[in-house]
This record gives sequence, structure tokens and C-alpha cells, in this order.
Amino acid sequence: MDRNTTEMQAAQMPDPKNASKRRGGGGSGGRVFQSLLIPVLSIFTGLVFGAVVIAGTDASVIAAYGNIFRAPGTALVDTWNAIALAYGSLFAGAFGNPTTIIQGIQAYIATGDQKAFLLSIYPFTESLAAITPYILAGLAVAVGFKCGLFNIGAEGQFGIGALCSAFVGYSIKGLPWFIHLPLALLAGAAGGAIWGAIPGYLKAVTGAHEVVNTIMMNYISFSLGDWLLNGPMKAPGYRPVTPVIQDSAMLPRFFPPPLRFNWGFVLALAVAALVYWFLFKTTMGMEIRAVGANPDGARYAGMSVVRNFVLAMTISGALAGLAGATQVLGIDHWVSQNFSAGYGFDSIAIALLGQSHPFGVVLAAGLWGFLRSGATNMQSMAGVPLDVISIIQGLVVIFVAAPAVIRWIYHIRLAHSEAIVLTRGWGK
Amino acid sequence: MPAVLELRGITKSFPGVRANDGIDLKVEKGEIHALLGENGAGKTTLMNILYGLYKPDAGQIFIQGQEVSIHGPSDAIGHGIGMVHQHFMLIPVMTATENVMLGIEPTRNGIFLDKARVAKRIRQISEQYDLAVDPQAYIGDLPVGSQQRVEIIKVLYREADILILDEPTAVLTPQEVEGLFKVLRSLIAHGKSVIFITHKLKEVMAVADHITVLRGGRVVGTVTPAEATPEKLAAMMVGREVNLVVKKKPAEPKEVVLDVKDLCVLDEHKNMTVDGVSFNVRAGEVLGVAGVQGNGQTELVYALTGLLPLASGEIRIVDEQVHHTSPRKILERGVAHIPEDRQRHGLILSFPVHDNMVLCTYYQAPFAKGVSLQQKVIIENAEKLVKQFDVRTPNVYVPVSTLSGGNQQKVIVAREFSRPIKLLIASQPTRGLDVGSIEYIHGRIIEKRDEGTAVLLVSPELDEIIALSDRIAVMYKGQIVEIVASVEVSREYIGLLMAGVKPAEARKASPTTAKATEVERVF
Repeated sequence: MDRNTTEMQAAQMPDPKNASKRRGGGGSGGRVFQSLLIPVLSIFTGLVFGAVVIAGTDASVIAAYGNIFRAPGTALVDTWNAIALAYGSLFAGAFGNPTTIIQGIQAYIATGDQKAFLLSIYPFTESLAAITPYILAGLAVAVGFKCGLFNIGAEGQFGIGALCSAFVGYSIKGLPWFIHLPLALLAGAAGGAIWGAIPGYLKAVTGAHEVVNTIMMNYISFSLGDWLLNGPMKAPGYRPVTPVIQDSAMLPRFFPPPLRFNWGFVLALAVAALVYWFLFKTTMGMEIRAVGANPDGARYAGMSVVRNFVLAMTISGALAGLAGATQVLGIDHWVSQNFSAGYGFDSIAIALLGQSHPFGVVLAAGLWGFLRSGATNMQSMAGVPLDVISIIQGLVVIFVAAPAVIRWIYHIRLAHSEAIVLTRGWGK
Repeated sequence: MPAVLELRGITKSFPGVRANDGIDLKVEKGEIHALLGENGAGKTTLMNILYGLYKPDAGQIFIQGQEVSIHGPSDAIGHGIGMVHQHFMLIPVMTATENVMLGIEPTRNGIFLDKARVAKRIRQISEQYDLAVDPQAYIGDLPVGSQQRVEIIKVLYREADILILDEPTAVLTPQEVEGLFKVLRSLIAHGKSVIFITHKLKEVMAVADHITVLRGGRVVGTVTPAEATPEKLAAMMVGREVNLVVKKKPAEPKEVVLDVKDLCVLDEHKNMTVDGVSFNVRAGEVLGVAGVQGNGQTELVYALTGLLPLASGEIRIVDEQVHHTSPRKILERGVAHIPEDRQRHGLILSFPVHDNMVLCTYYQAPFAKGVSLQQKVIIENAEKLVKQFDVRTPNVYVPVSTLSGGNQQKVIVAREFSRPIKLLIASQPTRGLDVGSIEYIHGRIIEKRDEGTAVLLVSPELDEIIALSDRIAVMYKGQIVEIVASVEVSREYIGLLMAGVKPAEARKASPTTAKATEVERVF
């Protein structure tokens, strides 16, 4: 429950304080605080709502409330226990059990046996592995948002990227890893880039709305994937999967199996830093942000709006494709049906929660990965269904997308400069 | 007899600003009471409180000596307060009658709209107050002046005794302004009271019975036109002496910088909005384009700056054809553009001040090396310009959206003037700005002219055109009616051309008179 308490403190931060910071001219501390305030409160509120759902669906809690007048204490204690068990096991599933980790380290020091240690850090490394594609796909959607484009097609770009990197991964043989691995990663990024560039180009040339076209590109990629997995790319055997990629194309893992934590995570962090540099420190990034914030103003300043639409969608697609590639090259080592499994759609939520800022996306992807990987443990230990996590995630995104709700709950006044326009409406 | 309306100690704060600070205001029956002040002085806030759109933090409102509380526009209307907004709240595809009855539709037998009754009442109001309007006319077909009369009728139809007019002259030709003043006088002759919000000194001197000047949310004083002078009012508004006169030497025109031949431009709906326009602008002179808004000036400027394609014709800047060229190529030829809509075109509002200062040059040395932005140089540049152009901002890192309108405009002027330019296209450069900023920007434009820059000034404010221009081109329905030297014509003459009167007839109606080169700036 540690996380909750820190967030609670953040929630109770007095409002006038941050107002004065804002008036003080937007020192960087104040700005960071401002941009974190709504997401953090959204997460906290989501967890509170989640707790209500957990308590409200727990049989013993319901039974206890039936006797509330005879034993009011029991009802409260049962409620508390149910929530504590659920969130406790969620935490343990995401980060591992601190006691076991310490024991594992002690065992390793004492006997030199890694086994207990590796087992104890398994949950945490699995979380980090799960976070990797979330970071990259979240960055993809964020780059689109920065240019005022809503890339719903990350799902399809992810899938195409995975297929391309898998193809390079299994079909080319005999290359050294330092050529094969970058080639496979590049193939994934290139596949995604093409899948993103097509709707970008259609938008720039014909004005067709990118939301419609990226959704259509998703359908095409799903069907294309089905066909490839059942035909040209099918491995020998009856299952519709690709062959396993060559060892030389695999992202190296840090620990022996079953730990799947690999260099993909480091790559994702490096790419996040690169995207930050690109968006905020280069002329191209400035153009993309200007087009996103005010296309008329960008045109006035001599920037080409259509060129930036294509550029942003291409980069966005490349990042989503790279997300698919890291999943194949680092975790699965092949592509099976329904491979993308919602990464592309979760990435929209992650970009929203991360406020389209690369560092925000990394934090949001972290939350997503930890919640997802902790959820399994919560289901088996506390008997709380996985769906509760989906509910919490959904609520968090709703709160982030409708910050007025959060401001209303916590009586936060609207900062003048806070309005962030993610995408423009349909007409424009 | 108690005053028709009295406000006592009205106070209203927004985060960080005290918009109204203990405002007292007394409006008598049958008077035109002008509320004068710069942007941000609190005029609009005060009127929104009176109209029930804001709730005051403190203060009382008395109507006919009775204290009232107003919780919304319907309360205000119930107390006989009516508001004519600066931007008309009319539906163009409906008739005048339909617009007037909107919201309080009278019916026959409870079902059928009784338009005839409304039309009859409109005719009565028209006659009584000299407000000529055809009840059957569609709003979209009416000129702006008539649309405004429909707005006034709408208010009178709701039995208002106190009419608030928010900047009513901003969209009118000089002749239409005269017409409006006639209507206002006839309203007070019938016992109505008018609150007239404006920042234009000439108008209050001409029409008001009392003038209350606001500055920084407080009442500076209430005077009558008899005891005031424009200089005194300006000083009250700004809080210091203001130079009301644009001092300039006669122009010394040199080579042609901008040459436009038979230019035709279509707007977004494929209407011919610029129709065969030819003119040139020489280095060291100001060519003013006068005209009521919506006569093709906007599209003309867009075409010159590459934002709209040409339908036909030719544009040459420093002897090079620039039609079918990208906006960037045109900028790089030494064209500066102060756009008419500074928030839509001139700035990226969410960007910090320093990025907006290099919005057109960010990709050039020294602001970029290759693709890498030189943050330090960009910030130093912004800090230098902020000082040089007196932009009031806490620092250069805040989003430009947090600056006042005048300071946003100064950011644009600083950016455009800080690069080497041969041609300055200034479209409504002082729209919505306060006296102090207008004085400043006018001075800078003349300074550029004297440095040898060719200046094309587009403005619907006739006084601004006359004050700054060496020659004046009048646009009407997409065409240039006439280009005249500004010393040769009178204000009335230009006003007639703006309203569509042919030059020959206008000359008869208003003989041209020589006028001084020093012209009073009008606010």
C-alpha cells in the first residue's frame, strides 16, 4: 500500500501552493508538478474506484455487510482485508516479494546458488519485459498527438513490424548478431513506418481523416497477418505460426531462462530519450509540434503542414513497428495469431496518460506494465478477476482525458496555460 | 429620482487578476454613458456582471433604487437590461423577424408561430426609434450596420430600458457609425439609457453624456465631454501622457518593392474575393489599404504571403515573381507579415515566448546547426528582443498565451522586425490593442518606413490608415476603387468610397480637401 500513501500525500498537496508557483513564472519545478498533478490524481482515483469494485464483488465482504448492524467492525475489517489482499498481491506480482528477494540475495551470497535469487526477481523482470513494447508503442501514439494526429493504427503497425522483423529473423541465416539483430529491428521499424506513412500520405494529399484510415489499415494488417501465418510465413506443422527466429537475431537476455528480461528494455529507454531530443531539440521536432499546436500558425511561419503530417505518421509507425520487433526478437521469438493483443490500443491510453511527453510515456508504460503483470498474481492469490485491472486502467484514462472530473473531485483550479490540445476535431 | 442603474463597490477577481476593484457607476435615465478603457481595464467584466454572466465577489446593483441580484441573462432581461454583443448573436439563414423572436416565440393557439405579430411590433420599434429594418429580410443578406440594428431591435423587443453596447462601432463604416449614433440619440430621447463600451476617444466625445474611465479594474473618474479633451481622456486611460499624433516626415519613395498586377484570388468557397487588383508599393512609403472588413483585404494579404493560391495575375517582390511560391520562399525574400489574426496565424500560443520569437527563422543559423536547435542562442535572442521591444512578460519561458494581447502583438512585431526585411505587410496591426501599444506599434511602423522598408498597411480603421499612409487604396467588393495620395483627400471621401460610392459621386458629395501631414490618432 506504500504507493497509495505517497499518492495520497500528493493528492493532499494544498492547492494555493501550486497556484503561487504558477504565478511565480512557471519555474521548471512548478511546471513538472503541474503536469504530473492530474495523471497522479487520476491513478490514485482509479485505484480507489478499483478498491470499491474489489470490495463490492468480494463474497465475504458482501456477507459482512449483511450483518452490518450486528457487527459493524467486521464489515469494515473485511473490506479492508479484501482490498489489502488484492492490492498487496498486485504489488507482489508486479515487483516481487521484498522478503523473498532479500532471502534470495542472502542465499546467493552464502551458497553461490543463483536459483532462489532469480526466482525472487522473476516478477519484477517480467514487469520490465512487459513494459518494453508499451514504451515504444506509447511513444508512437505520442508523436502523432504532438503533430495533432490521432494514430489509432499503432495496433496494425505493431503487427506489421512484428511480421517484418520475424521474417528477417528466421529467413536470413549465417549473419553475425551485430548485423542480423539491427537488421531485424530495422525491418520491424520500416514495416511499421510504411504502414503509418500510408494514412499520413492520404491525409496530406486528399485530406482523408487519419482516424478512419488507420483503423482501415488495422483491418488490412490483421487479415494480411492471418494470411501470412497460414501461408507464406507458416512454419512446418499444423499451427499458424512463423518459424522461430535465428539466435543471431534475438535481443540478448540478461538472465538465464525463464527470465525473459532483455536488451529491448534498454533500447526502449534509449529510443524514448531519442524521441525527446527529436521533438524538443531539433528543427524537425519543432515543426511537428508547431503543426500540432496550430497548423495555421505553422503555415504562416513557412512550415509545410502536409510534409509534417507524413513525417509524423511515418515516425509514429516506425516506433510502433519497433515495439512489435522488440516483442518478437526479445520475448516470443516467433509470431503467432492475435499476436499484437491490444498493445496498439493500450498505447493510446499510455500516450494520453503520459501527456504525450516521452518521459511521461515511460512512466505511464511503467504503470501499465506493472498493473498488467501484477494482475495475474492478484487473480491467483486474491481471487480478484483480471478485469478489475482493466476497469482501473479504463478509469485512469477517462480521468486523464476528462481532467475536469479530477479538478472537480479535488477542487483544483484550472491553470491558465494548462489546456493541452491532443488532437483536433473531425472537421479541421 | 433614483438613478436608473447604480453599481456600488463591484469587485471581481480571477486567479491572479483583480478585474474589477470596487467599481461605482451611476447611469441616469435618458443618457448615453460611455465606459472607456483599454483592453483589460475591466469594462467587459463589469458588463458581464451586470448581465448576470459573472457573479461579483462583492458589491451591489441597484435598479431604480431597488437592490437586485442578477443570476443570469434572463434575470437581467427581466430587470430591463439588454446587451448588444460585439459579435452579433444572429442566425444568418433566418429572417430578421425570426431572429428577434428566437427564445421567446409567441404562438397562436399554442402551436403556430405568430410571426405576423412580431413583424408588426418590429415595424413599430423601427418607426419609433428610427431603426430602419425590413422584418422579412434574411440576416445574411443585410449589411453589417443593419444586422446591428436587428440586434438593437431584439433588445428593445424584450422591453429593455438599459441597453449595453459592447464596442458597437468596431465593425462599421464611418457612415454607419453616424447612423448608429443617430439611433442612440433617438433611444435616449425616448427615455432609454445606453451604456456604450468603447476604447475610441473620438466616439465618446461625439456621443456620450457622461464618460466613466476605467483603468486596471478601478474607476479613474467620470467626466462630461465638455470638460474633457481627447488628450485628457487618453491620459486617464493609460495613466500617463500619450502622444496622440503620429509624427512623420513626408515619404521619400524609392524603387518598387511590391508590384501586383491583375491579381484575382478565390476564397475557400471558390468565391472571387480579390477581383483584378493592381498596385505597387515603393521602398520608403506606406500604402494603406482601406475598406470595411470582408471586402477582400484578408485574401489579398494571404495571396501576397503565399497562404492562398492565386487564381490569376502576377505578384513581383523585388523584381522576382513570387506567385505559386511557398510561404517560406516569400519570407526568405525579405517579407515580414503581421497577420490580422495574431492568435491564429502569428503565434503558436502554447509555445514559449522564445520559440515564438524565432518562428520564421528557427531553421537558420545561428538558431540551428544542422537539425539541432541552439537553445542558448534562441533564448538569448528572445531576451534581447523582449528588452528591445519592451514586451511585458515574466520571462521568455512562459507560453505566449499567458501574455496580454498587446504584448503578444509586440512579440510578433519584434520577431518580424528583427530580421532583414524589404517589405512589411501589416494587417490590422493594432486590432484590439490599447492606446499605449497602438502608439508604440505605429511609431515602429513609421520607423521602418524611414529606414527604407516598403510598407503595405491593411486596416478597417480609417483613422489608422489616414494617420500612417502616404497613399491610400480603397477596396470595395474585391476591387480597388481608387488609389489616392493621403494628403489630397478627406476622411469623409474615403469613408464614402469604403461604402461603395463611385469616386466621381463621392467627389461631389465630399469635395477633397488638403489636410495636414500630422493626423490625430483615433482610438
